[in-house]
Amino acid sequence: MAGKKEYTVPEFRPYPVIPILQEDAMVGDGPFIAKPNHQEDLGFPGELVENWEEKAIEKMGDMLKKYRSLQVYLDSCVKCGACTDKCHYMIGSKDPKNMPVARQDLLRSVYRRYFTFAGKYFPKLVGARDLTRDVLDEWYNYYHQCSQCRRCSVFCPYGIDTAEISMAAREIMAAVGHGQKYCNEIIGKVFKIGNNLGLPEPALRDTLEGLEEDLEDDTGVAVKIPLDVEGADILLVTPSADFFAEPHIDGLMGYAKVFHEAGVSWTVSSYASEAANFGMFIGSYENMRQVSLRIREAAIDLKVKRIVFGECGHAWRVAYSFLNTLAGPFDFLDQNYPIPQHICEFTLDMIKKGELNLDKSQNDDKTVTFHDSCNVARATGMGGYPGGQFDIPREVIKAVCNNYYDMPPETIKDQTYCCGGGGGLLTDDLMDIRIKGALPRMEALKQVVDDYQVDHLAAICAICKSQFTKVLPYYKFDMHMIVSVHQLVSNAIVLEGQEVDDDE
Amino acid sequence: MGITTVIFALLFYIATIILFAGLGYKIYQYATTPAPLKIPTMPAPRTKGGVVVRMLGEVVLFKSLFRSNKWIWLFGYVFHVALLLVTIRHLRYFVEPTWWWIDLAQPFGKYAGFAMLLGLAGLLVRRIAVERIRYISAPSDYLMLVLLLMIGATGLMMSFVTHTDIVQFKAFMLGLMYFDWQPIPTDFVLLAHLSGVILLMVIFPFSKLLHAPGVFFSPTRNQVDNSREQRHIAPWAAELEASRSR
Repeated sequence: MAGKKEYTVPEFRPYPVIPILQEDAMVGDGPFIAKPNHQEDLGFPGELVENWEEKAIEKMGDMLKKYRSLQVYLDSCVKCGACTDKCHYMIGSKDPKNMPVARQDLLRSVYRRYFTFAGKYFPKLVGARDLTRDVLDEWYNYYHQCSQCRRCSVFCPYGIDTAEISMAAREIMAAVGHGQKYCNEIIGKVFKIGNNLGLPEPALRDTLEGLEEDLEDDTGVAVKIPLDVEGADILLVTPSADFFAEPHIDGLMGYAKVFHEAGVSWTVSSYASEAANFGMFIGSYENMRQVSLRIREAAIDLKVKRIVFGECGHAWRVAYSFLNTLAGPFDFLDQNYPIPQHICEFTLDMIKKGELNLDKSQNDDKTVTFHDSCNVARATGMGGYPGGQFDIPREVIKAVCNNYYDMPPETIKDQTYCCGGGGGLLTDDLMDIRIKGALPRMEALKQVVDDYQVDHLAAICAICKSQFTKVLPYYKFDMHMIVSVHQLVSNAIVLEGQEVDDDE
Repeated sequence: MGITTVIFALLFYIATIILFAGLGYKIYQYATTPAPLKIPTMPAPRTKGGVVVRMLGEVVLFKSLFRSNKWIWLFGYVFHVALLLVTIRHLRYFVEPTWWWIDLAQPFGKYAGFAMLLGLAGLLVRRIAVERIRYISAPSDYLMLVLLLMIGATGLMMSFVTHTDIVQFKAFMLGLMYFDWQPIPTDFVLLAHLSGVILLMVIFPFSKLLHAPGVFFSPTRNQVDNSREQRHIAPWAAELEASRSR
């Protein structure tokens, strides 16, 4: 790897003005391209195939027949401009091609050229263009500057979702042998080993035992993190980052304490030791389905009754919105509980039932705000009612923490800004756009830091947590500001038999 | 019967066929292309009734656009509502005797023409003046507005400046509908107006005007949030399951 690079960090805007465009501000080669073995593990050609132009158009035609979203969205845009100032990457980078409509147009222009009457006969008139190597390179660069956060789709009068377009573009590129290394390598690891990190069963067992020791040292209570326990009631599927990354790991210990106090039997699976599903990022239904089926198989093998998902944004999207489609029906699970259930739903339920003994004052040293992770906010639900995904994590935080403030309303809930690292962008070769894309979230954070002395940023997404850990320092914040919601829960839980240490 | 009548009669028939066949094909295409995954933009309604309310909010009030940008909403909304009124007013050229509500709409439709031009002008000025919108505009995006402005302006001219023989025009229109051709008035403003309308009808199914049917088929807006409760699966995706072991 090359040495540490210098990045230009965008400055906070004194007022939230829309930036003046800077053409080609983010022009470049994009992230590392997948090596042949990364591609082939996923069923894609190893490298750019010889007749890739033809194959790409063929693939696009195939997808237009399979995805109504793609067909309708490529046709319907009227270029009204409503989305042009809504993308965090546009705000942070000022590159016009990071305006959602301009990003869509990279693909739409080719769609028009090959699939519409106007584009075939009057290309100049309607902005249609041939698929050339330059266009492919432009796709590769700019479709990897979209975190598929769907903020633009909230504001589009037709609900056009750029995530759908960028997923399709990535699927086309992978299909002609031009996939992204980061995502494809990771999906390969899931197929081979069971998780994104490539943590095999013995290492995972070791790690979990270590955590159990830490928990016991901390609390004096033997809190377990069971692995591959057949016949457990609950299968916990959580992002593998929870097993060893900071601050994720404290969240995992929080789940363990909640399960322990709730008195339920639960287990982690080594076969499905990953909640994340990067198949979504690359727009591949088939890869997403294969990853999802591991969870089904683990649930059958371990004879569990319920599936609970840990804190992870896009994983919760795949779980909440797609799992039933990809790996259902789940008629073998207990139908009295949501399938699957989010850990925040589970915890809040326990709090409401009075199963948890909470000492809120343990978090009195913190003033907390909550970052709505984009996928959770705009692509999922919780609690069985619209907006539950906003209320439930906040209710959990407020139940364990006395000092809580929201960031400005236009930056949270369904208008939340992505952390800047989602959608398969959480890789060092995309650090520049990750830093720039974090600008709007950092500005909102700055406001509550200044106004309410907020010193902790809680999140329920593994990617957000990793991204903020990396990016906060660039904006002169302490990297330790970012915490798991269940880390706050963990702090406040007083386990049965635990000696409370007052000077903590 | 002059050559002008023949040309315009034929053009109207061709344009009508292209409009309806083209639009019918696109609607068929949208309706039959599966949406394999649940992708409503959340929070989304939990029931079909809720989806109807959400769609009405989008189609009648342009709610998402309102949240997004008040200026685009204002100009866009004024244009679309005015266009609706103007269109209702024009129904009187196709119906004899006219229905009461068409009569009722006449004065509104007449003055809505000005609002329509105002809305279109606002959109055109934004397209030229706002850097971001200029960046994403192709020639067709400007020309579409110019075409609509031309249709509106010629229409207003006939209402307020140089009247055409409207009785004769209605006879022409009804004649087209009942295949009993009558001569068309040949003043320039009317022919320009009609040419614009014919052009609009022809390009409708091939252009971004497809946003009109498209909005109803947008999965992010028309799907119910019930993925955990009800399995949603597309036919092509169900086929993949044949190879599934359990």
